[in-house]
Amino acid sequence: MALVSVAVGRSAARPLGAGEATGLLLYRNYLAYRRAWYIFLTGFLEPVFYLFSIGVGVGQLVTGFEFNGHEIPYAEFVAPGMLATSAMNGAVLDATFNFFFKLKYNKLFDQLLATPLTTADIARGELSWSLLRGGIYSAGFLVVMVAMGLASSWWALLAVPAALLIGLCFGALGMALTTYMRSWQDFEWVNLAMMPMFLFSATFFPLSAYPTGVAWVVEATPLYRGVVLCRELTTGTLSWASAVSVVYLVVLGAVGLALVRRRLDALLLT
Amino acid sequence: MTGTAPTNPFAGAARLTDYWATVYRRTWKGSAVSSFVSPLFYVVAMGVLLGGFIDADPDRLEGATSYLAFIAPGLLASQAMTTVFGETTYPVMSMVKWQRTYYSMTASPLSVGEVILSQLGFVVVRVAMSCGVFLLVMAPFGVFTSWTGALAAFPVQLLLALAFATPVLGLSAGLKDESPFALIYRLGLIPLFLFSGAFFPVANLDGWMQVLAKATPLWHGVDLTRMLTLGRLDWSMAAVHVLYLVALAALGWCWAVRRLTRRMVL
Amino acid sequence: MILASGLRKSFGSFEAVRGIDVDVRRGESFGFLGPNGAGKSSTMRMVAAVSPVSGGTLRILGLDPATDGPEIRARIGVCPQEDTLDTELTVRDNLVVYGRYFGLPRAEVRERADELLEFVQLTDKAGAKVEDLSGGMKRRLTIARSLVNRPELLLLDEPTTGLDPQARHVVWDRLFRLKQQGVTLVLTTHYMDEAEQLTDRLVVMDKGLIVAEGSPLALIAEHSTREVAELRFGVAEEGESHEVLARKVEDLAERVEVLPDRLLLYTADGEETVAQVHERGLTPVATLVRRSTLEDVFLRLTGRTLVD
Repeated sequence: MALVSVAVGRSAARPLGAGEATGLLLYRNYLAYRRAWYIFLTGFLEPVFYLFSIGVGVGQLVTGFEFNGHEIPYAEFVAPGMLATSAMNGAVLDATFNFFFKLKYNKLFDQLLATPLTTADIARGELSWSLLRGGIYSAGFLVVMVAMGLASSWWALLAVPAALLIGLCFGALGMALTTYMRSWQDFEWVNLAMMPMFLFSATFFPLSAYPTGVAWVVEATPLYRGVVLCRELTTGTLSWASAVSVVYLVVLGAVGLALVRRRLDALLLT
Repeated sequence: MTGTAPTNPFAGAARLTDYWATVYRRTWKGSAVSSFVSPLFYVVAMGVLLGGFIDADPDRLEGATSYLAFIAPGLLASQAMTTVFGETTYPVMSMVKWQRTYYSMTASPLSVGEVILSQLGFVVVRVAMSCGVFLLVMAPFGVFTSWTGALAAFPVQLLLALAFATPVLGLSAGLKDESPFALIYRLGLIPLFLFSGAFFPVANLDGWMQVLAKATPLWHGVDLTRMLTLGRLDWSMAAVHVLYLVALAALGWCWAVRRLTRRMVL
Repeated sequence: MILASGLRKSFGSFEAVRGIDVDVRRGESFGFLGPNGAGKSSTMRMVAAVSPVSGGTLRILGLDPATDGPEIRARIGVCPQEDTLDTELTVRDNLVVYGRYFGLPRAEVRERADELLEFVQLTDKAGAKVEDLSGGMKRRLTIARSLVNRPELLLLDEPTTGLDPQARHVVWDRLFRLKQQGVTLVLTTHYMDEAEQLTDRLVVMDKGLIVAEGSPLALIAEHSTREVAELRFGVAEEGESHEVLARKVEDLAERVEVLPDRLLLYTADGEETVAQVHERGLTPVATLVRRSTLEDVFLRLTGRTLVD
């Protein structure tokens, strides 16, 4: 058996294009998660539970809110917030815990770099995976919203790409941060950053709950931009602020991705 | 001098005090956020800020005169539950599979029951600390109608902790690997946290959902805690709550000892 | 295949490789022998085009790793020191998915995976999880994986370190077959028996430098004697240190090495030397006469043992 000679009609190994490389890494992750499909599936439930509990359950105690000049029911106010936070949570989960596992424990990236793939391929592939996952969750959540009558505009369809944008921003930043982490203990800081963003980014109550100075700080956080963008889309009340949010999220995502590449070079190509 | 067998289970469990003290010294920093900071965030976000948009109508809030006063006991009981889950899922898997600490412990004169007893002791101490701090922090917000009520709510958290700790420990002890934990959190902990009367009265739930919510241990814990902090104690209902939690803790204990023994012997 | 001159690698102020010249030719089996920290793995990582060169020049298959990394990696196979198997995939999927990273068509990779599983005797484990494999099986799978792209050059970093003797022999057998098929092998090892069995030519590395070069037999002939007599002394002689004992026998051998637990006497006829030691009234508790190995070459060249 000739194991190494290139037989006639055999393809020769070659470097891959960016799109092809990304596709392969998605396929690899699909194979890895196939066995744990229930973990994938139940990830979708968390924002739905929050929507039912806070949006509907607590919503019965709350009278409607005013948003961009419109009076809307509380559940309609909370739902886009949950859509945005679940996009953030999904992306961060993949970009921190799972990314760290592949970087430090599974040695997946060391393996990939022994092949014609590059660090840029890895950064793009991993981010695409978490976006794909986040996109599926967001689309599912939007279906729930529509079924409950919580989306009052056709603009709501754009909430899925908006959620992807949130995923891009948090996924890239999360991966960049993860490259600086030394042990699992450091992830406590991730929780420490996520929890207040989840609770205070105008997800459950409007900005008017804050004194002016605090409101400014909240307005500058990426999750707030994402929440408001989703809310503007699902309620059909777009404004110039929506464009600002889009640009803001894209820029943060691009900066994060560039940083991830640089850090992977520094960590893996020593 | 050679070793001796312990004279009773509590004496046996007490021999593991140094082990747990070491574990605590190593991990307390990492758990500080989840045990102190996060409940406080929930209090401020939901109780204070969202509470500002909710009518303080005692008839719709199980007798509470503000949403903050309504949600505070719910968050307290939830905190007890969350702490228990944190201590009896992954750490148990670690002791039975990854580090195999249980095996080294039971290679000494200690029995499986004594090892579990010591671990429950550790869990109760952790819950006592995080819930104790929570109660102290909440006091200035004026959410407790009386000191005695707040003080009585404290041991309720320890009982609630045991009611969760024994069955969850038993469950973890028999698992082959850690993947079911994700399900336990997503389909167990989170729905319990959200639908057991901590955030809104279970009366707001429809028919069978309400029955289901009232069957959960967290609801019994939340309702009992809320009765005490709001000073609206219904003795017969309180007795039902206590009995339910004691029974669950006892059944869970038997199950946990059986499951861990079987796991270690096989 | 590999041409390096004045090759250097430094990490901050630490110099792992301090200027080495290497020329590996097609079809050859080439070894880097040396203890941990000699700079072998750093060299291998540079050759695998995943570690930037700090100084000197390096050409792999005529290409520059700094600019043609992906092209080089497409044509070589790498078996790293620590297994980097994908623990989240099955044994067969490890090969299939990895092969796809090389831009090979799916059907071809599948066929190739089955062929390679057969070669490393893991066919019946195809559907198993990686974590359920033994250390030796994982190593064989890693070797199979490194062959998936029919590499022109195969790099093996410590291929059998950490394996039990039986598993090592299975791996050696497979590598020997590859060598016979004409694959260019480059391996690092700190086991002299491995170097002797698998390499045609090797360099001995120490502290980032090459201290000797040649075929295993030539190196032994050049730097050692035909035989070695090992003497172990019991507690009775404790009063006398090994150094004192060594002085008593130094004229019996070409060279005497003092190790913590024994004396090594380098000589052409070991049995004869042992007999002479006994005639001097010395009574070692154990004696062993053996052929010289690369271990002895290394001891001679650096004054230290390979495995410590």
